[in-house]
Amino acid sequence: MDWKKKRMTKLFSVLILLGVAVFFLYPLDESINLGLDLQGGTQVVLEARDTDAVQVDDDAVRRAMSVIQTRVDEMGLAEPIVQRQGERRIMVSLPGVEDPNQAVQTIGQTAQLQFKDEDGNIVMTGEALSDARGAYGGDVVQRPVIQFELTREGSRQFGQITRENIGRRISIYLDDELLTSPTVQSEIRGEGQITGFESLEEAQRVALLLRAGALPVPVEMIENRTVGPTLGAIAIDRSLKAGLIGLSLVIVFMIFMYKLPGLVAAISLAFYSVLVLGILAGLNATLTLPGIGGLILSIGMAVDANVIIFERIKYEYRAGKTLKAAVDAGFKRAFTTILDANITTLITASILAYFGTGMIRGFAITLSIGIIASMFTAIIVTRMIINFVLDKNIMAGDKIFGLSRG
Amino acid sequence: MDIIGMRRKMLGVSLAIIIIGLISLATQGLNLGIDFTGGTIMDFAFEEVVEVEDIRSIMAEFDLDQRSVIQEVGDNEISIRTDDLNPDQLVDIQGRIEEEFPSAEMLRTDVVGPTIGEELKSSALWALLVAAIAIVGYISYRFEFRFAIGALGALFHDVLITLGIFSILGLEVDVAFIAALLTIVGYSINDTIVIYDRIREKVRFSKKEPFAQLANAAILDTLQRSINTSITTLLPILAILFLGGTTIQNFMIALLIGMLAGTYSSIFVASPILVEWDEKKAMKRNI
Repeated sequence: MDWKKKRMTKLFSVLILLGVAVFFLYPLDESINLGLDLQGGTQVVLEARDTDAVQVDDDAVRRAMSVIQTRVDEMGLAEPIVQRQGERRIMVSLPGVEDPNQAVQTIGQTAQLQFKDEDGNIVMTGEALSDARGAYGGDVVQRPVIQFELTREGSRQFGQITRENIGRRISIYLDDELLTSPTVQSEIRGEGQITGFESLEEAQRVALLLRAGALPVPVEMIENRTVGPTLGAIAIDRSLKAGLIGLSLVIVFMIFMYKLPGLVAAISLAFYSVLVLGILAGLNATLTLPGIGGLILSIGMAVDANVIIFERIKYEYRAGKTLKAAVDAGFKRAFTTILDANITTLITASILAYFGTGMIRGFAITLSIGIIASMFTAIIVTRMIINFVLDKNIMAGDKIFGLSRG
Repeated sequence: MDIIGMRRKMLGVSLAIIIIGLISLATQGLNLGIDFTGGTIMDFAFEEVVEVEDIRSIMAEFDLDQRSVIQEVGDNEISIRTDDLNPDQLVDIQGRIEEEFPSAEMLRTDVVGPTIGEELKSSALWALLVAAIAIVGYISYRFEFRFAIGALGALFHDVLITLGIFSILGLEVDVAFIAALLTIVGYSINDTIVIYDRIREKVRFSKKEPFAQLANAAILDTLQRSINTSITTLLPILAILFLGGTTIQNFMIALLIGMLAGTYSSIFVASPILVEWDEKKAMKRNI
């Protein structure tokens, strides 16, 4: 009775595992994070640069990150991610952004606003602003402007500047580019407006930058991976179709080659698929296009474990063992083979995960999960079902097992 | 079937393919994508027919026409490859194209700075090197050192053949190609180990027969498995290759070449190296 108990425990643990995987997967369309290449979006890496005035240090990068975070929040995007990468790099991911290139331009702009007098002295910067809005405005002709409000300190400062410069020009620069150069008519306090924009959109974009503040150091875009929403949708549709067809072909092949055990392998392959997706969902991992490649590839490798076992069973059976003894010996002997073969693959996959960045890492992680899950399903689940079939005497002869004494 | 007996011939075939590949690598090299060289790729889709020349004249406004490769890909799709651009340039070029062709839709933009390419090259080399050392370590521990060398030989065989064919066909090499190479490394070893495992078992149970004969028997015992597994791995690869779209096509071609080379080398390269090693040792002993 003891082995029966053991078998029941095994069955229950497998069913519980399946339940947990399904739980993580429910509902399917929300459980798995899709990479930017699948859902569309943009990922940029920005690198902070030294200037004559400021050297990049930890503090500067931190402040730059918080400014970028504010900008991204102001854009109203869903689930943006701002991450530090190494010493002076910042990675920004924007899923589902509508106009990715423009978003990147806005994120990476230094946005240093400067007010200069006629002698070229900087008399005020964007820091004095408390709020800024893009709108149509102007005294005579309506044109795109930024209406800004000043902080209390800024208001005092601007009052003094305008008072001292009545009748003279104050030039306003954004990142060293001249926006406008109005002549001061009277003392201005509290609020004002800036002209010199090509469109309302441009004024609104710069207003957003002014609200979020300037970057403490300039950043340069060193990598940009952007996928438009259509291409992402096509990619997911195609790879799903390819995956399903690949999977069906493998199942047909296995049943053709190995008869009943082939069918068992197909069932454990289905179990494997649920398990891998469940682990991906549970780990909150992100599925990318190369990741799907890794998954589909691991289907082939998952089947390999079954092939090794079945070939071994055939071999043992041909050597004269009874069916039951051949199955036992087959699983036992195949175990070391599968272990050695998969550990070496796991070694390369984890090295890939360690050295690779971005999409290579995604590929390596899904491949590793796939390898571990495939060992588990082949060794535990396939065996369980085969034992069940043997117990029930479902197959009358050896033929259904595709075996012959040869 | 005497596979070990025809090992010299088969090793010769492999060597010939590898040498042709090496010559191609030395003369025309690899077609490196922007992931390695740095640069920009922008893909646009249109609802009407757009001539390459139209896009070229837009690039000319930015003084980039001489530095751009503009190609028609698929139905009404244009791909532009050029220098690595800054965000302002990207927005301006996209804006001009959309102004000229209102149906334009930006499908993809990739910009890679030159430093990223250099980092990728060095991390790819490191990854391959560390993987090779780790594998030699593991196989030496589980089997013997000479098995590790045999497996490494098969591995280099597969990687060199894949690199060589990519060079000959002029296929573009990108980040995904590196991932493919390392997958090939994993698969190649996996395949080799299954045969080695059987050799190890045979050697343990019979002391009398010569090593070459045991190795041959082990290869034949596992031959069905080698074939079946390469079929079950190739089926999904072929499915993605033909149905998965252009984005991962090169990745799948690399895997396809690597898998075929891997299956071949596990049978005709890995074990023959062991046998050669064994016979050299035997010769020394006799002298």
